[in-house]
This record gives sequence, C-alpha cells and structure tokens, in this order.
Amino acid sequence: MDLINNLSLGFGVAFTFQNLAYAFIGCLLGTLIGVLPGIGPVATIAMLLPATYALPPIAALIMLAGIYYGAQYGGSTTAILVNLPGESSSVVTVIDGYQMARKGRAGPALAAAGIGSFFAGCVGTLILAAFAAPLTEVAFKFGPAEYFSLMILGLIGAVVLASGSLLKAVGMIVLGLLTGLVGTDVNSGVARYSFDIPELTDGIGFITIAMGVFGYGEIIANLAKTEDKREVFTGKVTGLFPTKEDFRNMIPAILRGTALGSMLGILPGGGALLSAFAAYTIEKKTKLRPGEVPFGQGNIRGVAAPESANNAGSQTSFIPLLTLGIPPNAVMALMVGAMTIHNIQPGPQVMTSNPELFWGLIASMWIGNAMLIILNLPLIGMWIKLLTVPYRWLFPAIILFCAIGVYSTNNNTFDIWMVGAFGVIGYTFIKLGMEPAPLLLGFILGPMMEENLRRALLLSRGDWTVFVTRGLSASLLAAAVVLLIIVLLPSVKSKREEAFVED
Amino acid sequence: MKIKSQKDFYSGLLYTLVGAAFAYGATSYNIGTGARMGPGYFPLLLGSILAVIGAIILFKSLVVETPTGDEVGSWAWKPLFFIIAGNLLFGILLGGLPSIKFPAMGLIVAIYGTTLIVSMAGDTFKIKEVLILATILSVMSYLAFILLLKLQFPVWPTFISG
Repeated sequence: MDLINNLSLGFGVAFTFQNLAYAFIGCLLGTLIGVLPGIGPVATIAMLLPATYALPPIAALIMLAGIYYGAQYGGSTTAILVNLPGESSSVVTVIDGYQMARKGRAGPALAAAGIGSFFAGCVGTLILAAFAAPLTEVAFKFGPAEYFSLMILGLIGAVVLASGSLLKAVGMIVLGLLTGLVGTDVNSGVARYSFDIPELTDGIGFITIAMGVFGYGEIIANLAKTEDKREVFTGKVTGLFPTKEDFRNMIPAILRGTALGSMLGILPGGGALLSAFAAYTIEKKTKLRPGEVPFGQGNIRGVAAPESANNAGSQTSFIPLLTLGIPPNAVMALMVGAMTIHNIQPGPQVMTSNPELFWGLIASMWIGNAMLIILNLPLIGMWIKLLTVPYRWLFPAIILFCAIGVYSTNNNTFDIWMVGAFGVIGYTFIKLGMEPAPLLLGFILGPMMEENLRRALLLSRGDWTVFVTRGLSASLLAAAVVLLIIVLLPSVKSKREEAFVED
Repeated sequence: MKIKSQKDFYSGLLYTLVGAAFAYGATSYNIGTGARMGPGYFPLLLGSILAVIGAIILFKSLVVETPTGDEVGSWAWKPLFFIIAGNLLFGILLGGLPSIKFPAMGLIVAIYGTTLIVSMAGDTFKIKEVLILATILSVMSYLAFILLLKLQFPVWPTFISG
C-alpha cells in the first residue's frame, strides 16, 4: 500500500515536536490575524509570510499550512459574528451564519463551521494523498503546450467566479500577467520595464503587491466609511455546543458539502468559492424538516454545508498546485511565492526529489486541521474579544506589521516605497470596482505562461495550431471555452449577477 | 457624450493607457518571431490585448445604460494620505535616506513615528492613546522580530549604536 507508506512517511516528518509546534504557532497566528475584520486570507498570509523566512523549508511550509487554515477559519469567524466576509468564499456563510449569531446562536454556528471544516479537511487530505501520485504521472506527460492551455483554463476558471464584470476581471488578469513580466527576462537577460532601477531588475516582489493591494488598499477603503457604518460585533455568545437537533440537521449537510467541495476543488480556478456556492444552493433545494428554521433566517445547514465544501475545496485545490505547480487561486499563488522563497519550485518533481517535504506537508495539513478544532472551539471567547478591539488601534498595528514584513523580505527600503505605491493602486481598484484577486494570480502565472508559450512555439516552429492539435491541450482549451460559454449564457448570467448582489 | 458608468469609464481608460504603455515599451526590446520570441513579444501581445479590453469597457461605459450611473464617489484623501505617508516615513526612519544624508533612526523610532502618523488617518486621534499603542507595538515588535525571529533590523539610531 503506497498510500499508507507515503502517509506514514509524512506523519513521521510532521510528528516531531518542532514541526508540531510550528503547525500550532501557524494556526494560532493565522487565526489571530484572520479574525481581524477587513483582513482576508490573502492579506493574512502575506503579512505572516516573513515570520517563516528563518525556518528550514519543511518547518516553514508546515507553518504556512497552519497559517492558511487559521486564516480561513478566522475569516469564517468574522463572517459569522460581524457579517463581514473576509473573502469571497465566505460570502454564503454570512447569509445564515450572521442570522444565527443575531439570534444568540453564534456558538452552534461557529461549532458547525469548525466541525464541518475539520471533517471536510480530513476527507480532502485523504483525497489529496490518494490522487497526488497518479496525477503526478499525468503531469510528466504535460508538454509546454499543455501547461500553457492549463494556465488559460485556470485563469478563465478564476474569473468566471469573480464578482462583477467578466471583462474587467479578464483585464485584471492581463494586467497581472504584465506586472509579472517586469524584471530580467530569463532567456535574453534584458531587464524589462525596470527604468534603470536596480531593484526592479529582480522583478516586483509579490509580497509588496499582496500587502499593498489587499492590506493597505482595504484599510484605506475601510477608513473611508464613518465609524458607525463599520460593522462591529456587539452581541453575546452563549452556549457553544450545538444541540442534538442541530447535529441531526448538520451531519448530512456536512457530508454533501464535503463531497461537492472535494470534486469541485480539483478544478483549476476558484474551486473553493464555486463549491461553497453550489453547496448552499443544493441545501436550499432540499426540503426543510418539520420545525426547521428557513434558509436566510439562520439555518445551521446553511453554515455547515458551504463551510465544509469550502474547506474540502481548498484542500483539494492543493492538488493542481503540488502536482502541476500551477496555483488555482490567489491564496495558492501566494503559497507558490512562499515556496519559491524557500527554494522549492512546486511541480511534479517535488514528490520524487523531495518526498519528505511533499508527504510531510500533506500530513501537516491534517494536523493543521486538527489543531484548528482543538484551538478554536475552546478559544472562541478570546477571538470574540479580539473583535471588540476598536479599529483605531488595529489599523496602525496592521500597517506597521505590513511595513516590517515587507522590509524583512529583502532588508531593503525600496520594497517599502513599492508597497506604498501598491496601496494607492489598490485603493484605486476598489474605487473603480476592479477585483484584485485575479491580478495576483496573473502576476504569479505571468513568467510561467511566457516561458511555456515560448517553448511550445519553439518546438512547433512558430505554429500556433499546436495548442489545438495536441489532444490534451485541445481538451483543456475546450474546457475553458465551455466555462466561458456557460457563464455568458443569459440565464446563468443573470443568476450569477444575482448571487453576487450584496444584501 | 454622457458617461453611463463612471467606474467602468475610468477602469477602461486605465486599462487602455496601461496596456498601450506596456505595448509601446515592448517595442524598444527585440520582438522576434513566434518560433524565436524576443523579450518584447509576450509583453507586446498582452499589452495590446489589455488596451483592446480597455477600449471595449470604455465603449460600453458610454453606451450601456446603468440604473445608478456607477459613480466613483468621493476619494478618502485623508486616510489615503496618512496611511501612505506613515508607510513612507517608516522606510525613511528605519533605513535612512542616503541621497540626502538622512541617518537611519532604527526600528523603535520608526515604530513611534509611523504609529503617530498612521493614527491620524482615523476619525478620532488621542495623542495619549496613540503613544501607549506605539509603546506596546515597540515592545512587541522588539520581542517578536528581533529576539524571537532574529531578523536583521537596525534597532537604534546609527549615531547611538555606531
């Protein structure tokens, strides 16, 4: 049994005192920052990334996985308690979660989210472990043309789920791809768009973009609202544990959400978001049991299903990243950046050249999940306290930690100027209704896309038809076209716009 | 002509300008051919695509009616200014500005300066509260970043630590 051998290797790596401690610290820090209102997982991971610089690669990745889960769970907590979705995939959790909180049932809502996430995380980890090896085999069959087509599919997948105008989201991707090209071209050695600034010849740091656009931009937009318009948590949380009745409603919802999330998460593109939406829709379609609260008024299934789907999806979205080296969403794009800093190039070769790291990471994902539930359910009171800290103390601290983090990346003040510039750009994006997540994804994929396009066309002697004459590449592109058509169908289009309307 | 969607108008304009700028910049590098791509090939392609996308958005914003006009609304100049200024000040105080021979003041001074300026972005500003906050942040940062993570930061002003 390869799977069991591999997993035991992984757990052997992860179950050292040191690595467990890093997983714990990661979860704790991730939740701590992720719970702060207005800070999504992307900003959280970007902020905490510098804390892992000094660690050995395995420990750093384990801590990052912990931060990732912590940030996600912290985000759900804020979503439920303050009605403030920190990222797009908790948008659906907010609908019933906040209603539950308003009725004084925040405890069961948080517990449902936690238990659902944990279960989904366990299943997701198993699927990841089972599918990683065979998928890696497939990955070795991928030529540059296939990689290029896969990236197109991933990018299309990411924008069809973006809220608002599709065209604007595509524009954001292209803009991201272009920003990714700044710096020295690997083939010719020409420094592109660097304006003779030595720091720019290394390219723009992805942390400066992530922090500037997601951190500074959001904070400025938040401060623009007057104090009373900012959502704050005022209610009390009593009785953490769900009742027997809650469990009876919640368990099938968790199972359905997990199944859906695991399947959809593998797709390149915003798997977690798509699965959360799909799971909520399915729950809404199923019949209410007698005496059950209707959806939209605080039904526990409306929290459990999307949260499980979301977590299962984010777990399986590691599959394309680890096997192909292609990040399916903005958070994973950050993880790629983080791995590159530790000299790990994600892709099929990691599993063969570095099995301890690969399986250790998978094992630590499960540990991260378990940590979360151990850590968060008892500590929920503390996280709630954190939500009552006035914003006027929080934002200077956040700005400061961002600045320190950015500086520590290269010990160079140039990065601080850059993050300031991206802060202004980020605020402009918000004002103009341009969604920043596709930008980050495009930024990471830019150099990869150029390299694969270049190689594919070199092999085909400049013949562009290579992308449609190779079977695998053609089917990937076809899938991208189908996705686009589905989204542009009039009936789906109106539903999609409806789903993103804030109410 | 009346603008039907302000947000789309300006974002379309932004895309067009940035795309055109990238495409124009690409022409100063070797473009090459499909089989032998020069450094300018891909940026020229992407820049042109972005400019076209921008133009379409721009066109739609002038033609397609929107119920609200999608106004951009007023800019929050105050938070924008103080957040960015605080950020820049952090860099200057921490690392100094060699071009004007401004000495590096180190982490602690930078934290106090930044917290002070950034706090002015909020609605209420109480100097006593801000000073307490800055002190807490300094102690925490010193413990976390210098002692625990051992990051290489100048902590004190150069004229003191030498």
